[in-house]
Amino acid sequence: MLHLTTGRVGCLLSKQAVVALTGSGARMSSHGHHEVSDSVDMSQPMYWDRLDTPLPDRPWKDVLDSTDKSLKQKEKGPWTALSKEEKIALYRLKFNHTYPEMKRPSHEWKTVIGGMFIFFGITGLVVFWQGHYVYPPQPPTFDEEWQAKQLQRMLDMRTNPIEGLSSQWDYKNKQWK
Amino acid sequence: MSLAKPAMRGLLGKRLRFHLPIAFALSLVAAAAFKYGVTEPRKQAYADFYKQYDTTKEFNNMRDAGVFESVRTTGE
Repeated sequence: MLHLTTGRVGCLLSKQAVVALTGSGARMSSHGHHEVSDSVDMSQPMYWDRLDTPLPDRPWKDVLDSTDKSLKQKEKGPWTALSKEEKIALYRLKFNHTYPEMKRPSHEWKTVIGGMFIFFGITGLVVFWQGHYVYPPQPPTFDEEWQAKQLQRMLDMRTNPIEGLSSQWDYKNKQWK
Repeated sequence: MSLAKPAMRGLLGKRLRFHLPIAFALSLVAAAAFKYGVTEPRKQAYADFYKQYDTTKEFNNMRDAGVFESVRTTGE
């Protein structure tokens, strides 16, 4: 059903997000709601694996075979009668991923960082091209000589003499303190 | 296995009782640090500067440097 499409869409982006959005359609599990088209029937109760909403509308496995059914019958009795494996099997009937499985780390960060750097690079090229072809000529106020004369004038008129520029200039010896 | 029932109420109050005094104290520390690290030295710097500030001398220095438009440099 959705195996190929979601696989292809999810290969670069987070598979988790795609699967969460499309429900359990891409998974190889049995479920009773058969989607004939490539979309999820949102009018039916859905299953999801979400950290922030822990209890989905329906259990993971809807279509139970005979062993599952007998286990569910046993579940109706005292739970102390269940073995550890049975309890785990019941959990796996109800849920697809455990919280640690949901939180498992992925390699997505490499894609993110790589994409970031690619766009930085493209932007750098654009900026360089812009500096060469778009910018008007630089005003004279940026020349070295002009800047030196500007600084001398600022010192002459004693700008910020207490804590700022002129306070750092030694007027007697004509150098920076 | 029976676990103890976790705290169900008063969680915000507990957090505030812990964090508010600390926040208050840290704010006071920040204000005091700024006062004694920045404003008091600045006030002192201004006081010291103006203690030996000779207005006429500075004026003449500036005038000789040629930054004024209303007063010509001495000697013209």
